[in-house]
Amino acid sequence: MEERTFGFRTRALHAGTPPDGETGARALPIYLSTSFVFDSTEHAAELFALRTYGNIYTRIGNPTVAAFEEKLASLEGGLGAVATASGLSAQLITILSLAQAGDHLVATVNLYGGTVTQLSVTLKRMGIETTFVPGGDHHALRGVLRENTRAVFTETIGNPNGQVADIVALAEIAHGAGVPLIVDNTFATPYLCRPIEHGADVVVHSATKFIGGHGTVLGGAIVESGKFPWGAGRHPLLSTPSPGYHGLNFSETFGEYAFVQRARAEVLRDVGAAMSPMNAWLMVQGLETLALRMPQHVANARAVAEFLRGREEVSYVWYADLPESPDRALAQRYLPLGAGAVFAFGLRGGREAGRAFIEALELWSHLANVGDAKSLVIHPATTTHQQLSDEELRAGGIGPEMVRLSVGLEDVGDLLWDLERGLGAARKAAAVSA
Amino acid sequence: MILTTPAERRALLDRSRTVGMVGASANHSRPSYFVFSYLRTKGKLDVSPINPAIAEIDGVHAYPSLAAYREDRGAPPDIVDVFRKPDDAPQVVREAIAVGAKAVWFQYGVINDEAIRLAVEAGLDVVVDRCIKVESARFDGGLALGGMNTGLLTARRRIH
Repeated sequence: MEERTFGFRTRALHAGTPPDGETGARALPIYLSTSFVFDSTEHAAELFALRTYGNIYTRIGNPTVAAFEEKLASLEGGLGAVATASGLSAQLITILSLAQAGDHLVATVNLYGGTVTQLSVTLKRMGIETTFVPGGDHHALRGVLRENTRAVFTETIGNPNGQVADIVALAEIAHGAGVPLIVDNTFATPYLCRPIEHGADVVVHSATKFIGGHGTVLGGAIVESGKFPWGAGRHPLLSTPSPGYHGLNFSETFGEYAFVQRARAEVLRDVGAAMSPMNAWLMVQGLETLALRMPQHVANARAVAEFLRGREEVSYVWYADLPESPDRALAQRYLPLGAGAVFAFGLRGGREAGRAFIEALELWSHLANVGDAKSLVIHPATTTHQQLSDEELRAGGIGPEMVRLSVGLEDVGDLLWDLERGLGAARKAAAVSA
Repeated sequence: MILTTPAERRALLDRSRTVGMVGASANHSRPSYFVFSYLRTKGKLDVSPINPAIAEIDGVHAYPSLAAYREDRGAPPDIVDVFRKPDDAPQVVREAIAVGAKAVWFQYGVINDEAIRLAVEAGLDVVVDRCIKVESARFDGGLALGGMNTGLLTARRRIH
């Protein structure tokens, strides 16, 4: 067959999901089986020693899950992928594949709160320390990289402030220090941004969001570029004999596949946060229509952002595509098809205005998730962060006035109609409290 | 010529029946053993170690040299797979040319400009900085089971 580079939509439909070799089934079969029989004792030995490819146990790999992994790897332009139970487990497995007690990470600030907690509390307890630096402060980043730093971590689009990562600059600084750049691409999805094309080495996802796309199942994924020199000595977990795999040197044995192989064979195996084949099947259904859904998410988000920025009840809109956004130039460079569909805005009148706004809405679902086909809303000051004072909230970059939206696929006129009702309620609450 | 596309590598693997693995090790933690064991147990390619320091690996006779392989088998291996340090690669290529080999495969990290030039000038098919195990698995479905991006895309039923 002559070589052809297939387009994004074609790969979304076909990569990783050829007709089933055993049955000819055209849709992806759900291999709902915990375990897989061995052909012989020799075959079993070869599989357990990682000398041959194949299925052993669904915690380590499964044909349906592998189809999702290959499809996502193809869309991100990566070498391979490892699916996980959730976005947070994707991050944990990524970090534990590179770092151990006594090691150091650098992360940009304004990350998803769950990520911050994982880094600053749970991983710190395990002896892996993280230094946080402002995303745009490249001087600060250079200053905190150390001999024992194993990776730099950022988000394509920050949560909830919408800050856009300068991936090329971050990758250059990280590579200059011999460490990889890990990018959480959840909010952009590979449709809007492919960080590997800009120099990122590992991409992680909460597939729960736009990839699944329907608010149904949890999942995560790790994609690797295959370009980082894991064997250069900066990552002993990959370049020295592993006691978890009878002395196997992953870098020497698997070359460009060293990181994904270790992430799966040793870390996913031991952490146990595997993706269910049922979930993988739903993720594949989601990816098939990603390129159709994302433009509509973006178009609706733009319309909502434009609507809000013109309102007197609104003090700011953090959407990177807006002309006043400090991140607009970065958004145009890295997100030419749109700055996603999750952003925050501020209500005049603070906490009480936020409460009134949320409680007046009929169509926007009040819940703690993003990336559903349905529009979602949350007011951190009265929900996830309610125990914090206004001052504490501001210190964390989340004011009492801040509302986060995840703009869905409804008729945009209906979304604006509902927001109008919310803003009316917020205006009244602000007048009462003032 | 240097085979740079997956289709070219697939064609080479499809038309080949025998592999001489220069530098194959019997040490179970060495990469060459992984590749040897994979090819042997898959059974599609008849793989022989070429290594004067060992007599056999897992019951497969090891030849001390490519010349010894050719003398015993009556033909050179279809693919000379090179698991030696880059500095040794030109000498392996000279021996491969001398026995009439048609293809030489340099494994991960075995990159030597002189060796590549010698092989290309002699008209051999050349694969550089690739793993024969990974490339075989790319086309037989194994790599896909590992969640790897095979780059292959088809609406036809894949029968290995």
